[in-house]
Amino acid sequence: MNPEMHARPRLAAGCRLSEPNRDPRMLLMPERALRLNGPSLEIVLRCDGRHTVQQIITELQKIYSKAVPERVEKDILGYLTLLHDQCALDFTIEDAAAAPK
Amino acid sequence: MTSTILNPLALIAELTHRCPLHCVYCSNPLELKSRRGELSTEVWKRVLREAAAAGVLQVDFTGGEPLARPDLVELVRAARAAGLYVSLITSGVPLDERRLAELVSAGLDHMQLSFQGAQEEAAAEIAGARVLAEKLQVVKWVHAHRIGLTLNFVIHRQNLDRLEEMIALGEESGAGRLEFAHVQYYGWAFANRENLLPTREQVDRSIALLQQAEARLRGKVRVEYVVPDYYAKYPKPCMGGWGRKLMLITPAGDALPCHAAQVIPGLRFPNVKDQPLREIWTSSEVFRKFRGEEWMPEPCRSCDRRAQDFGGCRCQAFLLAGDAGVTDPVCTLSPHRAMVDEIIAAANAAPAEAAAKPDWLYRPNPA
Repeated sequence: MNPEMHARPRLAAGCRLSEPNRDPRMLLMPERALRLNGPSLEIVLRCDGRHTVQQIITELQKIYSKAVPERVEKDILGYLTLLHDQCALDFTIEDAAAAPK
Repeated sequence: MTSTILNPLALIAELTHRCPLHCVYCSNPLELKSRRGELSTEVWKRVLREAAAAGVLQVDFTGGEPLARPDLVELVRAARAAGLYVSLITSGVPLDERRLAELVSAGLDHMQLSFQGAQEEAAAEIAGARVLAEKLQVVKWVHAHRIGLTLNFVIHRQNLDRLEEMIALGEESGAGRLEFAHVQYYGWAFANRENLLPTREQVDRSIALLQQAEARLRGKVRVEYVVPDYYAKYPKPCMGGWGRKLMLITPAGDALPCHAAQVIPGLRFPNVKDQPLREIWTSSEVFRKFRGEEWMPEPCRSCDRRAQDFGGCRCQAFLLAGDAGVTDPVCTLSPHRAMVDEIIAAANAAPAEAAAKPDWLYRPNPA
């Protein structure tokens, strides 16, 4: 599965970030936890149901401006797919009719 | 030799042994604690704070039936305030919509609901109570909230032939996670083993069905399963290693490295009423006893898998071989493996379909 660019990912029910005052930040899920490093934390922070996949990519390309933009995009799509396969993400598409296929 | 002590990651808080169900494979010890011996709310709240400070990320409130504690909402709130991810491991009985809403607003992250089968009659024989309809009602209530939901099915000789029905029920329930756990033989399950241990045919069929379900539902429902280790080639990495990831606190406050550790004779368990949790974790004799590799005998000591399965399960080594310090007898490299092969041979000598209703030893509800 490759997430669609206009979809808005958000953390699935039962998944949330650990408290900001505890280091390292973790993605907490039923019976498991994922440690988040710099880029993965930046991605998960934006999985809020408001950012589209495209917006997440654009914002991270700005943060990691020294990296090759295509590489940033590929890494983000890969990470979102991984989270989706682990049932940590929901993707909402508000206006399916208007969405480009 | 590994001597580094990792932080504990999860705390299993057995709030009570009281339970309206009487499951024949209950993981509680045969000797159950009464209500009078249970820790107070204040001690539990301190333990939760100490656990978070020691590095624990998640707490599982379990039992017995944790809903039997009137202070459960307060404990959930305290756990969240301490920064913990909060799971409730429950039968769902007794629960109503109002108490569920209170638990959720106190910060409950995830509920794991236990199922004894997909059909009332068969489930009631295992649970010693007719509660399937109530559980299905709880599933509906949970969907009004945005929390994680796991349906946990314990599978064994008596219900494996209806695994498809359980998978279908799990799929229809809308739960985000399904767990199919083959019975592990400790406590009440050890006492009822003869009637619970599946045939090899049942095991093989179940694994194939669960692998299919896992692949089919990937990205929609997380399907996880636990294989029965008597049929495995190598032992399970019990609790992720002794004193390595998890700590369990009994209703009376004893700190254990696993659910069943009290069966091992000669161990003295520190109590959270007397000692801070961090100190128990790092320096108590019982948590150090089988931590790391120093305690290991052969064939574990020189085995390539020793950092993978940590020698297997200490309780199983005691229950089967009479010595908690030997290689888990389910390991095909263990000198005691023949005992497990004999048990399996007996389980496969008769068809899974019982000739008569099994003579179960039901777990009682302590006062």
